[in-house]
Amino acid sequence: MLILECPCCGVLADETELTAGGEAHLKRFGPESSDDEFEGYLFRRENPRGVHFERWRHSHGCGKWFHAARNTVTLEVYGTYSAQTTEPPEAIRQKISGVAPGWKWRLFK
Amino acid sequence: MSQRLPKGGRLIDRSTEMSFTFNGQTLHGYAGDTLASALLANDRMMVGRSFKYHRPRGVVASGAEEPNALINMGQGSRFEPNQRATTTELFSGLTARSQNHWPSLDFDVGAVNAHLSRFLPAGFYYKMFIHPRSFWKHVYEPFIRQSAGLGQAPTERDADTYEHFYAFADVLVIGGGIAGLEAARAAGASGAKVLVLEQTAHWGGRAPVDGGHVGGRPVEDYIDSLVAELQAMENVTLRSRCMGAGVYDHGYVLGYERLNDHRPGQDGPRHRLWRIRAKQIVTATGAIERPLSFAGNDVPGVMLASAMRDYVVNWGVTPGQRVVVATNNDDAYRTAIALKKAGVDVLRILDARETGGGALMNTARDMGIRIDCGRGIGKVTGGKRVKKVQICAQAGAGGALEEIACDAVAMSGGWSPVVHLWSHCGGKLLWDGDQAHFRPDPSRAPTGADGKPFVTVAGSANGHLGLDAILPDAGEAGRVAAQAAGFKPKRAAAVAVDPTTEAPMEPVWMMPAQARPALRAKAWLDYQNDVKVSDVRLAAQEGYESVEHTKRYTTLGMATDQGKLSNINGLATLADALGEAIPNVGTTTFRPPYTPISMGSIGGEARGAVFQPVRETPMYGWHDSHGADWEPVGQWRRPYAYVRPGETTHDAVMREVRNVREGVGMLDASTLGKIVVKGPDAGRFLDMLYTNMMSTLKPGKCRYGLMCSENGFLIDDGVVARIDEDTFLCHTTTGGADRIHAHMEEWLQTEWWDWQVYTANMTEQYAQIAVVGPKARVLLEKLGGMDLSKESLAFMEWRDGKIGSFDARVYRISFSGELSYEIAVPASQGQAFWDALMQAGADLGVMPYGTEALHILRAEKGFIMIGDETDGTVIPQDLGLNWAISKKKTDYLGKRAQSRDHMTDPTRWKLVGLETVDGSVIPDGAYAVAEGTNANGQRNTQGRVTSTYHSPTLGKGIAMGLVLNGPDRMGEVIDFPGTDGTVYKAKIVDPVFYDKDGEKQNV
Ligand SMILES: [Zn+2]
Repeated sequence: MLILECPCCGVLADETELTAGGEAHLKRFGPESSDDEFEGYLFRRENPRGVHFERWRHSHGCGKWFHAARNTVTLEVYGTYSAQTTEPPEAIRQKISGVAPGWKWRLFK
Repeated sequence: MSQRLPKGGRLIDRSTEMSFTFNGQTLHGYAGDTLASALLANDRMMVGRSFKYHRPRGVVASGAEEPNALINMGQGSRFEPNQRATTTELFSGLTARSQNHWPSLDFDVGAVNAHLSRFLPAGFYYKMFIHPRSFWKHVYEPFIRQSAGLGQAPTERDADTYEHFYAFADVLVIGGGIAGLEAARAAGASGAKVLVLEQTAHWGGRAPVDGGHVGGRPVEDYIDSLVAELQAMENVTLRSRCMGAGVYDHGYVLGYERLNDHRPGQDGPRHRLWRIRAKQIVTATGAIERPLSFAGNDVPGVMLASAMRDYVVNWGVTPGQRVVVATNNDDAYRTAIALKKAGVDVLRILDARETGGGALMNTARDMGIRIDCGRGIGKVTGGKRVKKVQICAQAGAGGALEEIACDAVAMSGGWSPVVHLWSHCGGKLLWDGDQAHFRPDPSRAPTGADGKPFVTVAGSANGHLGLDAILPDAGEAGRVAAQAAGFKPKRAAAVAVDPTTEAPMEPVWMMPAQARPALRAKAWLDYQNDVKVSDVRLAAQEGYESVEHTKRYTTLGMATDQGKLSNINGLATLADALGEAIPNVGTTTFRPPYTPISMGSIGGEARGAVFQPVRETPMYGWHDSHGADWEPVGQWRRPYAYVRPGETTHDAVMREVRNVREGVGMLDASTLGKIVVKGPDAGRFLDMLYTNMMSTLKPGKCRYGLMCSENGFLIDDGVVARIDEDTFLCHTTTGGADRIHAHMEEWLQTEWWDWQVYTANMTEQYAQIAVVGPKARVLLEKLGGMDLSKESLAFMEWRDGKIGSFDARVYRISFSGELSYEIAVPASQGQAFWDALMQAGADLGVMPYGTEALHILRAEKGFIMIGDETDGTVIPQDLGLNWAISKKKTDYLGKRAQSRDHMTDPTRWKLVGLETVDGSVIPDGAYAVAEGTNANGQRNTQGRVTSTYHSPTLGKGIAMGLVLNGPDRMGEVIDFPGTDGTVYKAKIVDPVFYDKDGEKQNV
């Protein structure tokens, strides 16, 4: 059972306080998008063995959504950060690059 | 025979006798006995029968690893099946019954399965039950049902209570054997907060039985002083009878404490589930001895050598009078020596190793025990009890060299560390070829949130089998854990420990090594599930290479003991059959809990009224005292109908519907979700959430809206009222309030976070009462106050004002097709307002109505209900709700999805009304059948019923349903077969059955 720090209220929250919300940093595609774009947005999800970015909600706490960068194998948590961003903060990217050299994800390498 | 020895037994108190019953017969034991030791003391070696072949089964182990001695414990409200006799402490009045036999343990009809064993090979279930289909009902299912499960299910409600307990520790030590205690002392010395869990009632594990010296003192004394030292440390907590059940992510551990199992009926909870967060964990979980695979190794009287030693030393019980010992290692010699010292005849030690053992062998020989090296057991004979042992060369195929009569066999195939808790959260194993076992790989420990290891292993759980290796290893584990938890460990003090002088063990996976097929077919791997060496070999022959697949195919290790004795032997057998090295075949996954834990402990306090909160509206008490037949709706309870004396529930519903149509009714609508959406961007936000245009709604007006998921599917509906330029009040369904509020927040927080919108769920702040029916206005006007005429409050408008003395917000909306006012007052005023309405309406014949009348009223009008007409696969277009989908908006949640091929497919089933030809009511959930059959031989379908009722207004059965091309087939009659064989014929009609022009609600 994971412990994640809610970046909004600062509580170290047990997983029982949280609700998982799947992959973070999805880009929404609306009515004008192509079938491929929409399929990717709605259905295609990363399911990595390793570094992953997830959405969580502090549902039995402050109620806010936040993002967590963590490793699905080692269970290491690289950090949690605001959901109001389109990409992981620089400090977390650097931390991941330090732990998992050469690791790549979409925008940052 | 097995019996109590005249003296000895370090755990029993011979001055306190206890009586108990086994299969109805009264027996006696002593305080400190386990049920298993007490049964053995009474010569009850055979305690049950196996799952598949109903073979006689005896006690084989002395602890949590026991696969055979499972019993039905207790009676009535304290009855529980599948309790291990080896971990059940004896108490006066204990009642136990053996399992899995009929009519009796001694004479069992199911044992005939054993004679059919060649028809019940590995994968029997898979092979047999595939076809023919018709055999299922009369042959397979009765067979499976009859053989399902070992014990019986309790029939009464559990009389005991259970609780959850939260705990935190810097260092959690799992296992109170000598290694766990030593690790706890080392960790505790650093000042760390230490918690030690031990599953049995005793400290020290098996070290006192195995003997040896520490610091010149007997190991038992050393343990006593260790415990005393730990008890004196304020930062250390010791809990016995508390098993570490599972290790989970980020240092979460479940402990399972059995508080009252040994003294049932005492005050307080029976079991306590510890929910522990530990910074660091030391698993000092010991090791388990492996059986040897020889023919007849399941005959009662064949026992693990260490268990036999435990019974002699701990409980003063010998499982036999003339014992043969078979081993591949030195440890079993300790058993021979212990038996001999207790005055039991040890007829022979069969050591599979050509060169035999070390110092212990010499000791045994000096005591006069005959030792045959390079020898093994070819076969054990005897039905319900060991009678004879055939001795053979270990290197051969099983040719009998000699046969000796005996009544018990002690076997040892070597030791396997208990790696379960290490493995639960991802700890990896390495194969130790010297000891022929898997042990934790310290370089691949489970890791925590910081990416660093949070589990350390100590003692024999780490593969160390001698005291001289165990103690330093355990001390180091304690120090490592303390340091990792942020404490400064003290340096270790050296103690002198007896040096180990054992000769190396030699892996023996089959005894004899080249055993003939007939012998392999009688060599058991899994005693409880009846898996033999021949079954695993057959699986390999049939192409099963993965150990995970083989496990499921043969059911090896899938019984209630989770293969504690069988896993490694099964794995080795599979590896041998595949010609692979054991580590290449790998292990199965270890899953918590370590041994079964009670369902009661998992539930804890959460049962009965505290299982979950019940949400009550302000008028709950009134409903309850006025005949409410309650219906759960989410966590709410809503009156289904108000049943009057002499009425059936159906009568009440019919009366309530008629009263609304003809007079006036009142509905407690407080449970409907009421979410305030406020801010400069509120209109823009609601335009995205609803399929309709909400931003154009004028203050003072209401609009019915539909909400879809991004997948396009309809998720909720309700009336939106615009309060002012910046403020909307969104009504949701009763079950949807929290979900929809969360849905709004999710989009606001994670997608449109720059939009200036706030939401607040005000559901419980207001009591809301619907006053409905042709006399609704008359009733309200009797209370006086605001103008409720058609001119000043038109249909689909709302106003704030006073009704009587109540501050009210009145919505003129209708879910019934009648003249209808929904009136919200502060929750604290709800009951008073309800009372005022009831009083004012008394002479108008006002009656409360429940959810079923509400459903019928809306169905008569063709209004959809979320959860009836929708099921997560239905889009608004399916329901003919295109009028509520804005054509002007460029975007809303679900819009893109609704343009996908599948969503625009003209063959999607569409909403229609259904009227039975004979006026009967179509059963709920019925499907309309079409011509022909599908690929599975089932009738083709062309629609299904979504809502179905008897309409008192129309005097017949009405329904709504989704039907293929439904709206184009008006007047056509289609068939809905019921489950009772009746075919309901229904005509496709317009879903609006009543007042199609909507005149009644607009007066
Ligand atoms: Zn929070």
